[in-house]
Amino acid sequence: MNNIRVVHYLNQFFAQIGGEDKGDVGPGVKEGPLGPGRALQQALGENGEVVATISCGDNYFAENLDEAIDALLRFAAEHKPDLLMAGPAFESGRYGVACGAICHAAQQKLSIAAVAGMDEDNVGADLYRKTIYIVNSGVTIARMVPTIQRMAALGLKLAQNRPIGKPEEEGYLRRGIKRNEFAAKPPAERAVDMLLAKLHGDEFHSEIAPPQFAGSKPAAALRELSSAVIALVTDGGLVPEGNPDNIEPGRPTRFTTIPITGVDSLQADKYDAVHSGYDTAIANRDPNRLVPLDTMRELEREGVIGKLHEFVHSTGGAHAAVENATAIGKDIAQRLKAAGVTGVILTST
Amino acid sequence: MIPVAKEVGSLRAIPSGGIVSPTGNPELPPEKEKEFRRQLILRALQTLQEEV
Repeated sequence: MNNIRVVHYLNQFFAQIGGEDKGDVGPGVKEGPLGPGRALQQALGENGEVVATISCGDNYFAENLDEAIDALLRFAAEHKPDLLMAGPAFESGRYGVACGAICHAAQQKLSIAAVAGMDEDNVGADLYRKTIYIVNSGVTIARMVPTIQRMAALGLKLAQNRPIGKPEEEGYLRRGIKRNEFAAKPPAERAVDMLLAKLHGDEFHSEIAPPQFAGSKPAAALRELSSAVIALVTDGGLVPEGNPDNIEPGRPTRFTTIPITGVDSLQADKYDAVHSGYDTAIANRDPNRLVPLDTMRELEREGVIGKLHEFVHSTGGAHAAVENATAIGKDIAQRLKAAGVTGVILTST
Repeated sequence: MIPVAKEVGSLRAIPSGGIVSPTGNPELPPEKEKEFRRQLILRALQTLQEEV
């Protein structure tokens, strides 16, 4: 098998240009391995060769993303690489983002394999773990050599089109990809095995990765209800009759925005609930059971609240993927904030 | 649904009228149901006024 040609990306510090004071240094290239690249060359052994090291100051990269990527890819391409390796960046955020960005760009524009290394909590890992392979380096530079070894092993496999094992076997961060595989035992047996292991206090591994929910900062308490602008939001799938925005009844990727200016109560013949996760008959007979518009109008007239926001945002929240639900929630929150809404009542089914 | 709401990080949550009618109760006569909804919303508004 031919030697795999590897180009290695490093920031100014690891490329031995300088510390934070050299963060503004632009893209550069040198023949052969440099700094951690020597350990990389050792890990590659006879299967690969670090033909060049490309580098950039972390600040320059962050402030001139497109220019930095263009220049670095040009340098890399001159060395006809089969594989781009970046980092490891450990917990350094700007370096981590740069490693992710350059790997992603190398995959897209040079159509070559790429592997980055960084800590799983590095912001670059959040941004790029789904599109590239990222080896979890941990936070400490003491893990340089084992990290580089894992990166090299994974990179060689990718460049040689060999099958890639599971994240925990290869040491890379979960990419959220599911693959079918044949199991030796049917699910019922595996579940009972797992339960028995649990009862015996033995180690067992769930086959389902639980979704991760990011915490959020609590909003400050509303001081003056009588001047508050309150919005209604629901994940119960309220739509105007006919579902003009065509929101999904489950596995939502979007939401609908329903104008309610001049609407005093949600009439059954004008609104529907579209949701695959509960029996919508009761809400369809009186949609105020899902979104309490009639009551809010009453409280608005009485001056209990300042004003009811003029739009209801709605999605069908059945079997929502956490990423999609988070994106929908953020989008709705931004619109409400921009519109001067001070409080939200979200009715959930 | 309160445990679910807490699990996903909701900070202010109150029990609703049920999964199929969060702000209603089809068992009640219409006027009683409206009063039920009003009390529920007043409680929600009160929750918005509490520090977390």
